[in-house]
Amino acid sequence: MIRLLAMRELRSLFAMPSTWFMLAALQFIFAWFFLARLDAFLEIQPQLAQLANPPGVTVTVAAPVFNTVALLLMMMVPMFTMRMIAEERRSQTFALLLSSPLSGWHIVFGKFFGLLIFLSALMAPVPLMLYTLAIGTNLDHGLLLGNMLGLLLLAASYVALGLYVSALTTQPVIAAIGALAVSVGLWLADIGASAEDSPWHLISPFNHFQNFNAGMLDSGDAAFFVLFSLFFLLMAMRRIHNNRRYG
Amino acid sequence: MSNSTPEITLSARHLARSFGSKRVIHDVSLELKRGEVLGLLGQNGAGKTTTLQMLTGCLLPDDAGKNKCSIEICGISLSRQPVSAKAHIGYLPETPPLYRELSVNDYLMFAARLRGMKPAAAAEALVQTVQRCGLEAVGKKIIGTLSKGYQQRVGIAQAIVHSPTVIVLDEPTVGLDPSQIRDIRALIRELGNSGSVILSTHLLGEVENLCDRVEIMQAGKLIYGGTSASMQQHGSVSGFIVSLRNPPPLGELENIPGIDSVEQLSDTQFRILHKPEQTPGDALLALAAQQGWRLDQLTPLQATLEDVFVKITNAEKDIEGASK
Repeated sequence: MIRLLAMRELRSLFAMPSTWFMLAALQFIFAWFFLARLDAFLEIQPQLAQLANPPGVTVTVAAPVFNTVALLLMMMVPMFTMRMIAEERRSQTFALLLSSPLSGWHIVFGKFFGLLIFLSALMAPVPLMLYTLAIGTNLDHGLLLGNMLGLLLLAASYVALGLYVSALTTQPVIAAIGALAVSVGLWLADIGASAEDSPWHLISPFNHFQNFNAGMLDSGDAAFFVLFSLFFLLMAMRRIHNNRRYG
Repeated sequence: MSNSTPEITLSARHLARSFGSKRVIHDVSLELKRGEVLGLLGQNGAGKTTTLQMLTGCLLPDDAGKNKCSIEICGISLSRQPVSAKAHIGYLPETPPLYRELSVNDYLMFAARLRGMKPAAAAEALVQTVQRCGLEAVGKKIIGTLSKGYQQRVGIAQAIVHSPTVIVLDEPTVGLDPSQIRDIRALIRELGNSGSVILSTHLLGEVENLCDRVEIMQAGKLIYGGTSASMQQHGSVSGFIVSLRNPPPLGELENIPGIDSVEQLSDTQFRILHKPEQTPGDALLALAAQQGWRLDQLTPLQATLEDVFVKITNAEKDIEGASK
């Protein structure tokens, strides 16, 4: 049932021209940034070569590219999540789901996985671009895999957050701005907090991505992403139930 | 079903619902049997849609599952086992719940699978439903590009694709042209034979043509319930309109035994009223033949549902006004 709902979500996404436009625009930005980093690397490569233990191409090109993708993810996930529940409520299609033999968790997880699959497809060209470097040099596969895993977990938390905000309203625009405000707010609070042990660092998903970005797999970070996602998914389920109660 | 008493497919007891502090549904109880079409009739804002939303699980009644309030679909409690109860429901809301970016076939396939049908069975049901609702020509089109009438038919199709026992239709014929309305009514009638249908409408003609039973709703309460035939008799007048090409003087008609009053409508037409228990028609016919009045037409007076509806809802208003 979850797969059915996820497939429906994907089908609807790919049926909309705006999705294709965003896909194209984002691929362009990813590629542009990748090439810019590569250019910069080639320029400073002679100087780097004089160092005793020079940083490789993976650290100087791939890590910053992944970091940018993560930032862009924060900005664009709300644009995809905004429609998920708010739009269904507005166009009255939610009644179909509510009157079908489904529980709240089917609906929420169906939408969650549907969008997560879409985002994975959207980000897939990034590692592909980076792997083209393997033609000319040796890559640090561990760092790349760590980044991909981190990116996926980060996407999951932003989707869960956006899904919950979308369940709060019937206006997709409000859902988008709400989710953006929370995720950007968490990020700003994180980079603004100067103290090393500030609690803002702990609750910001973007901060937890930094370890993945540096190639460090910390089970604590992974657990944070899973808990963050689960928390908002559960809240969304609760919200859908309350929606039946309060109309 | 070999049972002599048809099985009860839907039973709702003591539903009540408030939005904020405003109470919109007061203690509504409904029952639906297999093979029955029930019409829920009422003015705008009477609470028809809210009631149907509660019956399909889109809205929880106040104190669901507590006190006396309960909804059972085919004997399964909607509040305790919502998932298995909802498998027997097909629901068309006021606005058809259409994913406008999908094609008709894709959408109906999704709707069938959503209700727990296996892929093979769903494909079969899809072909049948598309044919029943007259959607063969638009199967591959995107729903958003269809006209309102076709969208409405797709909405009906999604409600019946999984052959549910209880079909709930909220104003099913809105936006259809007259010939489509006739087709859809025939379809609903057909559905009512195998399962059971509850539909809301403010069109009295629909009830007259379609429904076995009528419940009239006013301000969140059911104020009248009965078969649509008995509703027609409710408060009706006994009499007929007679046209005679060679009419006698008025007094002669009034003298026929059993006739209360005669009113001349035109040179040849008379409205004759009599007591319900008497039938002066025979005497009139005999006299007309005997005296050479040359009878043209004899039409019994029949109250339209419209009259009855207005009568019932007004009576209710008067009672309310008196009690205040």
